[in-house]
Amino acid sequence: MKFRRHSSAAFLVIGLLLSLQCLMIVHAADRRTAALPAIQEKQRMVKALQLTDLCLFTEARYTRHPAMADFHSAFQDGPLSFEHFPSGSLVTPTDLMRDYRD
Amino acid sequence: MIEKQRNILDFTLSSLLRRKGKNAALLIVYTLVVSLLASVLFFTHALRKEAGLVLTDAPDMVVQKLLAGRYDLVPLTYADRIKAVRGVGTVRGRLWGYYFDAGIGANYTVMAPGDQPVAAGSISIGEGIARTRKASEGDVLPLRGQDGEVRLFQVAQVLSPQSSLVSSDLILMSERDFREFFSIPSTHATDLVLTIANPRERATIARKITQALPDTRPIIRDDIARTYDSVFSWRSGLLLVILASVVVSFLIFAWDRASGLSAEEKYEIGILKALGWETSDVLFMKFCEGLVISLTSFLAGVLLAYVHVFVASSSLFQPVLKGWSVLYPDFKLIPFIDAFQVATLFFFTVVPYSVAVVIPAWRAATVDPDAVMRA
Repeated sequence: MKFRRHSSAAFLVIGLLLSLQCLMIVHAADRRTAALPAIQEKQRMVKALQLTDLCLFTEARYTRHPAMADFHSAFQDGPLSFEHFPSGSLVTPTDLMRDYRD
Repeated sequence: MIEKQRNILDFTLSSLLRRKGKNAALLIVYTLVVSLLASVLFFTHALRKEAGLVLTDAPDMVVQKLLAGRYDLVPLTYADRIKAVRGVGTVRGRLWGYYFDAGIGANYTVMAPGDQPVAAGSISIGEGIARTRKASEGDVLPLRGQDGEVRLFQVAQVLSPQSSLVSSDLILMSERDFREFFSIPSTHATDLVLTIANPRERATIARKITQALPDTRPIIRDDIARTYDSVFSWRSGLLLVILASVVVSFLIFAWDRASGLSAEEKYEIGILKALGWETSDVLFMKFCEGLVISLTSFLAGVLLAYVHVFVASSSLFQPVLKGWSVLYPDFKLIPFIDAFQVATLFFFTVVPYSVAVVIPAWRAATVDPDAVMRA
């Protein structure tokens, strides 16, 4: 396809990319609708089993259940031990661990 | 007026095509940097959004017992004392723990469900365990208990793959089997889960529980749900490294453009000025040059990131996400895209680069053309 002017080709390319962006938005909306049964299944399981965490990282206790982890588990091997699980670099200690003691 | 701008754009594109190799390389690298940053943003936002949706019905409150700062089993007598706190509905003990399968090096979460009892001698397993152990319904799974004895359990059910994100590593067994397997007495539980009718009372009830039972740690649902705000936060080590690399890359791009024009580019500007181009036309030309590269890179990068995260299941991140895990859930993230993040990405990638291109051009465009061409 030859264009008389370079700007015509540029407009076509930008237009194509923008169309793909619109397609991306439509695809995302469609996938969200299709995923509703799966979300409901997960919600049902969380409610039935009283689960508290997603199963993302199964290599360490405190990354498998970050919401339930105690402050010591990352350094469980000893007081001077370093964090050594790779997923520990992705899961920071939550700064929302509140202490309800007065 | 529009025709004039279009003519300038034609000239800009011709100028870019005269340096095909350099500009193609710049376009590719810029696109990859944008796609990396967009991938991280899409992944973390989608995961947080899904966590928020899925954990809507997590327990109102979980009460743990601590001993020397570590988890300890909670006596069920604590349930009676907690039930006496005004505002608390039901209190029940939860039985769950970890099992390390030495044969394959995987960690499982073992649970005795309260509301969905499992037959004695049978287990329900998550999709991840079925995949890793190549087990299916009717198979027998040997598990070594706390006392070192191997017990055989029949797989009654493989949990739905749709729930993989929460149940991939789960083993569900009867309460009796659980207590015997882990040698946990009937007077204790792993922790206690509470129902609280009024969500606004959760923090107050938590405070009352710690006053009544100082060796306990309450965790309310808001804390559970917000835990995933800090997973993949910018402060986590790996994310900080990726974001820092991306920021430095953009700074290098912008500095390279802003630090000055090549002799050939200055000569080109000098000729254009000599031919009658206004300074504003030259600046518009350079602006178009920056905009074409950055806008194309941005649009292509965002598309690439979407395909990577939501179609290819973040395959580039998988080695990092898996870490040393033997068992990893098989799931596809749902495309939740935050328009604000995309807009922020646009303003941090397209605008600075386009502006950075204009700055050295302004210096060259305001100098006498004769001096520029002779330099």
